[in-house]
Amino acid sequence: MENQSLRLKLRVWRQASSQAKGAFETYELAAVPVHASFLEMMDLLNEQLVREDKEPVAFDHDCREGICGMCSMYINGRAHGPQRGTTTCQLHMRHFRDGETITVEPFRAAAFPVLKDLAVNRSAFDRIQQAGGYVTVNTGNAPDGNAVPIPKTDADEAFMSAACIGCGACVAACKNASAMLFVSAKVSQYALLPQGQPEHRERVLSMVEAMDMEGFGHCTNTGACEAECPKGISVENIARLNRSYLAAQLSGGGTSAVATSD
Amino acid sequence: MDVNLINLDMKLDSKIPSGPLAERWKHYRSTVPLVSPANKRKLEVIVVGTGLAGASAAASLAELGYKVKTFCFQDSPRRAHSIAAQGGINAAKNYQNDGDSVYRLFYDTIKGGDYRAREANVHRLAEVSASIIDQCVAQGVPFARDYGGMLDNRSFGGTQVSRTFYARGQTGQQLLLGAYSALNRQISKKQIQSFTRHEMVELVIVDGKARGIIAKNLVTGELERHSAHAVVLASGGYGNVFYLSTNAMGSNVTAAWKAHRHGAMFGNPCFTQIHPTCLPQAGEYQSKLTLMSESLRNDGRVWVPSRVEDAQAIREGRLKASDLGEDRRDYFLERKYPAFGNLVPRDVASRAAKDVCDAGHGVAPTGLAVFLDFEDAIRRLGRSTISARYGNLFEMYEKITGDNPYETPMKIYPAVHYTMGGLWVDYELMTTIPGLYAIGEANFSDHGANRLGASALMQGLADGYFVLPYTIGAYLSSEIRHAAPSVDHPSFVEAEQRALDLQNRLLAIKGKRSAESFHRALGKIMWEYCGMARSAEGLRHALGLLESLHHEFWSDVLVPGSLNSYNPELDKAHRVADFIELGRLMVWDALTREESCGGHFRVEHQTPEGEALRHDEEFAFVSAWEYHGPDKDPVMHREALNFEEVHLTQRSYK
Repeated sequence: MENQSLRLKLRVWRQASSQAKGAFETYELAAVPVHASFLEMMDLLNEQLVREDKEPVAFDHDCREGICGMCSMYINGRAHGPQRGTTTCQLHMRHFRDGETITVEPFRAAAFPVLKDLAVNRSAFDRIQQAGGYVTVNTGNAPDGNAVPIPKTDADEAFMSAACIGCGACVAACKNASAMLFVSAKVSQYALLPQGQPEHRERVLSMVEAMDMEGFGHCTNTGACEAECPKGISVENIARLNRSYLAAQLSGGGTSAVATSD
Repeated sequence: MDVNLINLDMKLDSKIPSGPLAERWKHYRSTVPLVSPANKRKLEVIVVGTGLAGASAAASLAELGYKVKTFCFQDSPRRAHSIAAQGGINAAKNYQNDGDSVYRLFYDTIKGGDYRAREANVHRLAEVSASIIDQCVAQGVPFARDYGGMLDNRSFGGTQVSRTFYARGQTGQQLLLGAYSALNRQISKKQIQSFTRHEMVELVIVDGKARGIIAKNLVTGELERHSAHAVVLASGGYGNVFYLSTNAMGSNVTAAWKAHRHGAMFGNPCFTQIHPTCLPQAGEYQSKLTLMSESLRNDGRVWVPSRVEDAQAIREGRLKASDLGEDRRDYFLERKYPAFGNLVPRDVASRAAKDVCDAGHGVAPTGLAVFLDFEDAIRRLGRSTISARYGNLFEMYEKITGDNPYETPMKIYPAVHYTMGGLWVDYELMTTIPGLYAIGEANFSDHGANRLGASALMQGLADGYFVLPYTIGAYLSSEIRHAAPSVDHPSFVEAEQRALDLQNRLLAIKGKRSAESFHRALGKIMWEYCGMARSAEGLRHALGLLESLHHEFWSDVLVPGSLNSYNPELDKAHRVADFIELGRLMVWDALTREESCGGHFRVEHQTPEGEALRHDEEFAFVSAWEYHGPDKDPVMHREALNFEEVHLTQRSYK
């Protein structure tokens, strides 16, 4: 097992810039160790390309331990590849077969333009967070951390929502390229905590409005996002967002156009 | 070794306030010059790095009214490597009624750091620790709670109280997202301008003061000039000098190194932390090492087979861990350190693991791993409790190794994790360049020669939320008369030209080896000679190897692609070039420090039991190094450490 390696054919999306037209290129790797991670396999490919004085494949990555959310890649038709609950950086080559052809594409969504090859621009996510993904509290004016008890079940549930790593797999997996799972996870985290209550209504309205403005698609409840989410963020968050959104609209707050879910 | 030992204390004014230790920070805060709100609006601050320290500083400064620009090389501020911190954050809340106090946290940190940190800084850190928790809770950070709704705590290595607050094994993530949310709020209010996929490639100094940076837009390759009244480096640590470390792939020393080249002294560069609970290296192709939170040592027991034959059989797959009964296991931490057992500080646990592996008891095919076993804990507490505490870590372990830690013990080995050294800063967190600050892991200040678990998050947030927003006023209050310099100032033009020349030079070499291959070679030299055990002979040898590597790099590196484009290979080559220079400085520092302390273990200096042996009379100082060029020897300055409160003893965790 330790010395096993794979011979692989890679079909990789190459695109020089956002404006350029992209196409698949095929590469062969002769000996990929089975215990290497998918990104380490990409490192081997790049090392090979650099040695041949060719341009290496651009891809986003950083922590390589499944938490920063920087890595993306659409592998064999699935965001972050075939293993459930796993980011690309934590996907290991033992899940592939010798001789296999692997197709690697960028996350595709109108709101995530390709920067180069497999790297896409996900700054739309930051702008959605800036629209309300916070509690208004300046440094220094917080009460004691135990002043407001929070039931353990609420704290745990808020944590589950807060575990989102903002990678965008939910968008890439969705046929409508909807960002509802991402947005609802943040809205839910605060909705479940007493600290999030004062601004809850404004938050849900303005975050949904920002999401719509970024050009993400509508949610049609297929659940593909939950299935591909590397952190197991539940679609219950979307239900919670919809309830909050409706309540906020009925209570007359906000100016957002239409609810984005049906 | 001919070392340029100079004692130029006037160059190193640590600005530690006088008076009783516990009163200093309070007194400082009450007397530090203030900047009026009307003037704050006119003052601009650049913050490089958006991890816990950078994001919290940027948000807090913006809340005060300063105009802030933040820079990060990642595609979003939320991805800074603080996100990967797992275990928790310390605070002297004493919620558990187990005898904790500000003094005890201060004392544990000084002792844990093996008496190589400043008392005044560490006391301040302990004082503000409680406010950090309050702030994070108010931001909506979902810390773990008990059934009554109160915040839960766990204990951590090097302490005997439970003062660590946590959010499962993702505390860093949750704290960073809290700071990121505060940052976002200020971005939406236009108090902060955020630049992502940007790397600082030069520091701009005007009339002796830090006045801006040259940042590279990593997507277009363009160089940009940004001016400000002060520059804050929150660019993290330099563990990636070892190539294999628990740091993110992009973590680098370039911003700090540019500052060093311009005169910011580098403090205690050789103080690196080797973390005891990481996944062992599996092969040459490996790009990083993954940490398993130290909190696992709360319930996991560390052992190796007592008999070398058994260890060999396990390495060869003829025996499994479960085949060995209690009588054939050596719980070496519990045996050697009965008082602290599996919870000894990181440096002690790491060296103990190295010792048993060097003696032939290692359990992975490489011989470089020990067991971390949860069998007892699962029997005692039940699988569901263990799962609630460490579920995500167990999953992560299984994903990477293919082994299930509920059934079979984890295999762990020490790996480079954190750098206590960093840019030298005074009490106000200012470097030796006026107007240039360093916070978080980028500075050297609070952890001495060894950092205690769950203290990095504490220090990053302390610096950003509660220290820098006060201390930067001391400097900015005298800058209100000056506008930020124009980016057409000759200093900006020159700095941009330097950055451009360097990149052109790298592209022009057109050698045969990738930047990555040089990085790997550098890592091997550093791990071999400047890692867990260091000797004068090995370090001298390393200096020669590094010199050759430096020359090879500049004559044989192959950087494909072009200048004005998205070119990660060029950026990597730039970072590796700086790492090679840093490696040399670390070796100099390790060679000069003729003692063992904390993470710095010189084999010539150990107690008869093999523990680190300090030489306080000669080495109770901070080494602060001055740069004189890539081919010139660096010059060391010393800041004496005066211990008024704590009595120096040889650390004992027995």
